[in-house]
Amino acid sequence: MTMTERGFRPAVRFTQPTRRWLELFLIACGWGLGVLGTLQVGWTTGEPLGRRFWITAVVVGALAVIAHLVVRWRIPYADPFLLPVATTLTIIGLVMIYRLDVAAIQSAERRNQIPPTPDVYAQLTWYAIATMLFFAVVLVVRDHRRLQRYTYTCGLFGILLLILPLLPVIGSTVNGATLWVRVGSFSFQPGEAAKILLTIFFAGYLVMTRDSLAVVRTKFLGIGLPRARDLGPIFVAWVVSLAVLIFQKDLGTSLLFFGLFVTMLFIATQRRVWLGLGAVLFAVGALGSYFAFSHVRVRVQIWIDPFSFAQDQGYQIVQGLYGFANGGLFGTGLGNGYPQLVPFANTDFIVSALGEELGLTGLFAIVLLYGVLIERGLRTAVAVRDPFGQLLAAGLSITMALQVFVIIGGVTRLIPLTGLTTPFLSYGGSSLVANWIIVGLLMVMSHRARQPVAVQHSEPDALTQVVPITRGK
Amino acid sequence: MSRSIRRIGVVLIFLMIALLVNISFIQVFQGDNYRNKTDNKRVLLEEYVRERGPILVDSEPIARSVDTGGELKYERVYPEGPMYVSATGFYSILYGATGLERTENDVLSGSSDLFFFDRLDQLISGRKPKGGAVTTTLNPAAQKVAWQGIKGTIGAVVAIEPATGRILALVQSPSFDPNRLSSHDTEAMRIYYNDLLNDPSEPMLNRPLVTTNPPGSTFKVVTAAAALESGRFTPSSLVPGPAVYDLPGSTKTLRNWTGADCGPKGMVTLIEALAQSCNTAFAWMGNELGADALRAQAERFGFDKAFDVPLRASTSEFPANPDEPLTAYSAIGQFDVRATTLQMAMVAAGVGNGGIVMNPYLVQEIRGPDLTILKTFEPTEFGRALTPEHATQLQDMMVAVVDRGTATTLQGITDANGNPVRVGAKTGTAQTSADRPPVAWMIAMAPANNPTVAVAVMIQSPGEVEVSGNAIAGPVARSVLEAILQQ
Repeated sequence: MTMTERGFRPAVRFTQPTRRWLELFLIACGWGLGVLGTLQVGWTTGEPLGRRFWITAVVVGALAVIAHLVVRWRIPYADPFLLPVATTLTIIGLVMIYRLDVAAIQSAERRNQIPPTPDVYAQLTWYAIATMLFFAVVLVVRDHRRLQRYTYTCGLFGILLLILPLLPVIGSTVNGATLWVRVGSFSFQPGEAAKILLTIFFAGYLVMTRDSLAVVRTKFLGIGLPRARDLGPIFVAWVVSLAVLIFQKDLGTSLLFFGLFVTMLFIATQRRVWLGLGAVLFAVGALGSYFAFSHVRVRVQIWIDPFSFAQDQGYQIVQGLYGFANGGLFGTGLGNGYPQLVPFANTDFIVSALGEELGLTGLFAIVLLYGVLIERGLRTAVAVRDPFGQLLAAGLSITMALQVFVIIGGVTRLIPLTGLTTPFLSYGGSSLVANWIIVGLLMVMSHRARQPVAVQHSEPDALTQVVPITRGK
Repeated sequence: MSRSIRRIGVVLIFLMIALLVNISFIQVFQGDNYRNKTDNKRVLLEEYVRERGPILVDSEPIARSVDTGGELKYERVYPEGPMYVSATGFYSILYGATGLERTENDVLSGSSDLFFFDRLDQLISGRKPKGGAVTTTLNPAAQKVAWQGIKGTIGAVVAIEPATGRILALVQSPSFDPNRLSSHDTEAMRIYYNDLLNDPSEPMLNRPLVTTNPPGSTFKVVTAAAALESGRFTPSSLVPGPAVYDLPGSTKTLRNWTGADCGPKGMVTLIEALAQSCNTAFAWMGNELGADALRAQAERFGFDKAFDVPLRASTSEFPANPDEPLTAYSAIGQFDVRATTLQMAMVAAGVGNGGIVMNPYLVQEIRGPDLTILKTFEPTEFGRALTPEHATQLQDMMVAVVDRGTATTLQGITDANGNPVRVGAKTGTAQTSADRPPVAWMIAMAPANNPTVAVAVMIQSPGEVEVSGNAIAGPVARSVLEAILQQ
């Protein structure tokens, strides 16, 4: 930092409030919600909370407050809603994971079995790690424009990570989908990290090529089509997505990447034709794989009539639907439902667990929290001044939105079910860490966007030009 | 690019709205549809997860919820099973609830308004409601001997505390095991329930409250009450009691069961007529008083009215417009007069209680989930059936039935200290129809001038004639009287 920057701070604060106190207040609200929720779980299930609960509450509170302080210190102009919303969603996830732990423990006790290890402390550890990586992003990346330099590196690593689960020895198949990498006892879903790397790659790549991709020459049936040679990228993305679907049987990731690429292509070129082309390719891919692959066909059949498969492949979604129905408008209340009847309730189906115990009201709140997160992300995208930043912020927000839509839509039978984690809520480290990195990136960008222009100038001679403009505002 | 970002933003908003609409659809509009699916375990779990409050007799549960430790958390258990079924009923996931389980469901399930503060607490804390307790008026000793007495027959026993109307015993036979309808094994439940439905002896019928039968000679107590209340007769009034009574307005005749005159020269005192159960004397009395007077008297004992104890008891009936022969038959409790066992117990209780009939009731107290008493039921008067003097006279007449009449099985009853107790009673046998077996009755109350217990025993399968009221229903009535008197 230079002397001039410091000299300008007072005037800057006056013109652009940082709203950090609001952020802290909202974080406190989310924390309080978590404490109350956990108390209620203890109350309704009769499971003693003990000292562990207060330690957990203090650790969660400390992580959130430290994150807030780091933001205050390094990126004070960052959007004040991103951190509290992400924190609150993480806390809601922790409470639900704990509640499902209690159900598993009590069920084991009833059968005189050894109670399973609770997942909530593992998730708490992951939250701590995610917060560390959030700090790393805030402290190391500082300026998102640096990432543009690593466009192709990101692309390469993104693709590598995608195919990593297919490699022998370390790759591992869980529940029919090959999306895990296991090294010893440590396992992670590289798709989650690939999501970020590929978004950076798409942003960097599209910034460079968007002018040529925006050119529309060929006319076909009155519709302006891109030049044949510009069709390469979307075709490659399509093929990679199909490969993920075919070899990893991972419908969700496949859908997510293709959707993300097409949407970013549209944003970069502002040509609706790309969306149309994407839709056509999607339809071809979807229909093709429906007829070619039995696992896709089964998914669609379950989607159309889950109750015919209620005892086998459709069991999970049917139980999930019963959970939602049991929740009704206001939910059974935490600890009073039967979310444990749904297999994998704390990962893919955490939304059905939340829907059962918090009801429609609770789910509306949660979907709206995602809505706020995505809206703040897109707002950042619009506010960022460089095209790479715009594309990156939009891409990251869209990733999150698509993921939320695909998983919640799948669980609620709006679309066929595909295995994706629910951002921040689901049990699982890779997803939590990846989503916190996204929050970190968005906050860094929003800081850059909302930061007064004056501070960005380092040339002393620019001072005289900037001062009147700032004051005039 | 900002413009296209905004456009995408709009698309994403629509996606979120689609999610919200779909969630609303599933959770609210489709909710009932999903809840009613047969493989939806949650409904079953929800039903069993509440700790339903107990039904108590002297603070001992006759129905309670037991934590099974299983996934279906609580199981309804009836420790005495068939003995208390007439009171408890059953509570079944498949077949709903009957008895107190049904009438007191609000309390037992914890949803009663009485539990306002508990519910407020549940609302705030989100805890599952715990049910309140229902204490019955039943007396375990009386219930037990009544059950042992009629087990194996087809019949019913009702005992009442005359001064209050509290129901002390309520038993049916044949009975069934409510545990087998509240188990967690739905298949076994289904088989058992169908067996009960197909059983010709109707084990699920609540005989003491629901079954109505001609009360036979026990109805002579009502006729005698009408005679005294008319002011024209006293216990010592001489009335005609020939061996054969020519029914007026008919060529038919009515005979005494002994085939002889009830007294010298065919005349008999009212008290002796009751003691010997003289048919001709009471048939004559019926026509002398008229059907309206008999009906009025019967109604003052509770006929022609349905009682909720709180289980709904059937209406006991006196025929609407009987001609003279039918009035004569009605006066001795035959043909179209029909009474529940409860009603005949009320007749004995009303006479014993100085002529005041109390409303019968089965629920003594309602307690909250923490067992604090939230409501106590007080005795209520149904009405006066007899003046006190006439009541005392009728009590003495009923004592004569035991001492020198037909109810010999009730002789020599003592209290806990071995002191003899005056017992008033009336036997009865009713011919319902040619193809059905007669019904044996015994109604009794003791100690005669200030009774602590009144009992009615009804047995539908005696196989004998007039003596059967004494011989078959008598011992059951005796054991119930002794159970209360010797406490």
